[in-house]
Parts: sequence; C-alpha cells; structure tokens
Amino acid sequence: MEIDRPLPNPMTPEAKPYWDGLREQKLMLPKCGACGHVFWYPRVACPKCHTRDIGWIQSSGRGTLHAFEIGYQSFNKAFKVPTPYVLAMVELAEGPRMLSNLVNVEPDPKKLRCDMPVEVVFSKLTDNVTLPLFQPVR
Amino acid sequence: MSAVANLRDLSNVACIVGVDESDEMGTLPHKSQLSLHVEAVTNAVRDAGLKISDVDGVFTAGQHSPATIGEALGITPRYVDGTTVGGCSFIIMVGHAVAALHHGLCDVAVISHGESGRSQVGVSPRRDTAIPGQYEAPYGFGPAPTMFGLITTRHMHRYGTTLEQWAQVAVSTRKWAALNPKALRREPITVQDVLKARPVVYPFTVLNICLVTDAGGAVVLTRPDRAKDTAKRPVYVRGFGEGTEHVSLTQMKDLTFSEATRISGDKAFRMAGVGPSDFQHIMLYDAFTSGPPIMLESLGVAKRGEGVHFFTEGRSTPGGSLPINTNGGGLSYTHTGMYGIFPIIEATRQLRGECGPRQVPGVHTSLVNGMGGMLSAAGTLVLSNEA
Repeated sequence: MEIDRPLPNPMTPEAKPYWDGLREQKLMLPKCGACGHVFWYPRVACPKCHTRDIGWIQSSGRGTLHAFEIGYQSFNKAFKVPTPYVLAMVELAEGPRMLSNLVNVEPDPKKLRCDMPVEVVFSKLTDNVTLPLFQPVR
Repeated sequence: MSAVANLRDLSNVACIVGVDESDEMGTLPHKSQLSLHVEAVTNAVRDAGLKISDVDGVFTAGQHSPATIGEALGITPRYVDGTTVGGCSFIIMVGHAVAALHHGLCDVAVISHGESGRSQVGVSPRRDTAIPGQYEAPYGFGPAPTMFGLITTRHMHRYGTTLEQWAQVAVSTRKWAALNPKALRREPITVQDVLKARPVVYPFTVLNICLVTDAGGAVVLTRPDRAKDTAKRPVYVRGFGEGTEHVSLTQMKDLTFSEATRISGDKAFRMAGVGPSDFQHIMLYDAFTSGPPIMLESLGVAKRGEGVHFFTEGRSTPGGSLPINTNGGGLSYTHTGMYGIFPIIEATRQLRGECGPRQVPGVHTSLVNGMGGMLSAAGTLVLSNEA
C-alpha cells in the first residue's frame, strides 16, 4: 500500500519505547518513577518534578476528543490522505494530550463534538512505523 | 529593592523615535528577504531623523541573525539580540532594547524585520525538528491554520462562541483596512462573505486567516535625552512584558487561555502603572480571527469567553469606543509570517497623530500585544505619547 502521509522524522532516541510499542499495537506513555506523572511527549526528565527516573506504561487507548479541525486541503505534499480529514487533539484517560487524526467518522462539524469519547486504532505504515489514530467509541 | 520597584524603574526610560515599513509590501518576487530588512531599517532611521551610523544596537528575529543585519547595513553594533520565539519576538525586543538603552549598552537601537513570506526569495528551507516532525507532521499538522483551529474549536465548545462571531473580527478589521492606503485588502466584506469563503481548515475559511505577504518593518529606539534631537514626537515605552508557555499545543494547559499572554500583560501593566481598561487604542496580533478575542481575555481586558463582544458590538470598529487593529491587521493590511513589528509601527503612528482618516481621536495610551507560535509566547507593550 502506498504510504499516504509523512513518516515521523526524526525518530529520536528518547521516544524509542513509544515507537517500539506501536509496532506491537501498544500505545506506550512515559511515566515518572518519582512522582508518578504520566506525560506526553517523551523526554529524559519529568516535566513536573524534573527527576530523571522515567519509565513507561501502556495506555488504555481510551480518551476524549479535546479539540478538532477538519482539513479541506493538504499542507504537505507528502500528506495524501483524501480531504476532508479530521485533525484531532485527544486527551487520553491517563491524562496527557496528543495530536492525531480521528478516523471512521464523517468529517462534518455536526458529527464532531469536543469531549466525545474516542479510542485508539493502530495504522501500520511500514515495518518500522505504526501510528496511533483514533475513532469514536461505538 | 522589591521586584515591583525594579519593574517601575524601567518605565518611560526609552522611547520609539522612528518607525517604517519597506518601500513596498505585498507580492515582491523582485526583492530578497534581506533587502526588505535593509529597506525597512533605512526608512525607519530616516523617519527618526538619524543616520545608520548612529545605530549601535541591532535586534532581529527569524532567519537572519543580527550580525547579518549589521553587516548588510555596514555597521558594527556593540549590542545585539536575536531572540526568536515567533512573530511576537519584535514586541519582546522593544523591552530588551529599553533595558539595554537604560543601562548604556547601546544608544540607538533598531529592531528589524524582513520576510519574503509569499515569494520566498532568499529564504532558507524549513526542516522539522524532533517534536513536530515526529508527533505532528504524520497526521497532517504543520502550518499555523492546522494548529490554531484546535484552540478555536475548544473555545467554541467551552463558551459557545460561534463562526458568525469570529467572522465579525474579520469584518471590523477590514473596515480599518479600507482607511489605510498601505493595506493590501481594502474592499468591504460582510459576515456572510467570511462564512461563505473557501474553507481551509474548519473552523476557518480563508477570510478568517491572515494574508501571506512580503514586507519589512523596523522600529528605532533611544533614550529621552537623545530623543530631543530626533525628527518626530517620541513615543514612550511605559511598560513591557514577555512570557512563554509551550510550543506544541499538547503542552498548553488550557487551549482557551494563553498563560504566556497573561504573564506578559501583567508585567507590562504593573511596570506602566495601568490597568487593562486604561487604553484608547489596542493592537493585537491577528493571524486568525479567534486570536484577538482570546488575547483580550488572557490580558484581562475582557472576561473569559467575552473577548469577541468587543468586535460584535462595534467597539473595535472605526468610530467605536475602543479601536482595535487600526492598520487593518494581519487579516487585511499585511502579514509576512512574523507580523509583530507592524502593530508597534501602527501604535506609534497613532500616538503621533499621523494616521489621517483612521486616526483615533484623543489617543494617549496604546496597548500592543502579540503572540509567537500558537499563543505559545507573548509580548505586551504599553506605549504613550506622554512621559
């Protein structure tokens, strides 16, 4: 299948457990071993207590649509997902927010509502790269 | 000495004495980005009645370092600043320049902007770094419209703000543009025109989004003693403030409220000894129609969720009680990419009384606030034509 979107580039060392997890259809999140803060995006010090004891947990993959947009054009020639498409900020049940796409939904503002429940679906792009996308919980 | 006393010590210790744009603005495939800088600086220094050889402090943000601007001008500055935190960097630099002038680190400071935002002449290519390249670009996120819409739909959800209300911001701003011969888009528009324009990213049609132009702008500052010899009435920097909160929107604590804006405004107001209702004129960074209302809320000028009322009730328009974005804004006058120099230029012209048909009567204190990135960074100025 043709890759319809830009591959993540660069993939940085501190995010390796995240990308490794996605290959196994797991959404992994960094968690501070000292204060318990679950955060996004991966980094080498906790953004809350600033200790360097970072571990990883598997997310439930559940969350809510915190905010959304509908793209009526592509802004990157490598992004070939058919328009219109839904750009999403998801707030995960574990707390952090991440950016993704909302799929398996009609890209119509009347069908989308902030705080609607969503769940992760995994989209394999290459042997190395699987992305977490989200869909409405049915 | 307390921190507050220190802040007040920096009030009114420097003034803006020269402002101007590049010779032309708009679509300029015949001019490089660096030429736009040089045009703007030479014009602004002439406006001040000074010479380029008087300039010993160079401030700029973006792709060119202050060393490049100094070299292009043929001068050897003894103070430089290249703080680059987005389009508000030039607003922040006014504060940096005031502090440098006050301490004698330089005597004549110039803040320079030039950007070939539309024609991309003499521009280095952008490359994604770790965060956007890894966590944003694969989903189609990239340019500002793909980000600021998130802030906007969350605000609509939380406060019930509507597309029609955002559209009123574009309509108000266009009314001002009609009065500014330098504005690129001057034909009148209606709320329906905004709603029915080409959709780009919901909730934005193209008329909710700023222009993309080629232009330069520059601001010259010096101390009040030196300003006695300059050509125009000096405009005093009564207060300034800056702040940053996030870069990626996933790190913004509340999408409907800019903490960076609040911090910058609070500091500027305390330094100036003013409150958020003490202004006769306001310039806000309008990359999107939803930006100025959220800035008014974050500055405390409006209550949470009510910033858009300034635009829907006619206060912001020509003849209104609190004129906002009187140059026509990024929406209708010009927007190169890093717009922040232009609101400073307009506020200075208003405080000098130079604005002809769009002159705000009786203006003596003007508020300038701008954002960098997606309300990520902010700079606020309190400018006055009285010391």
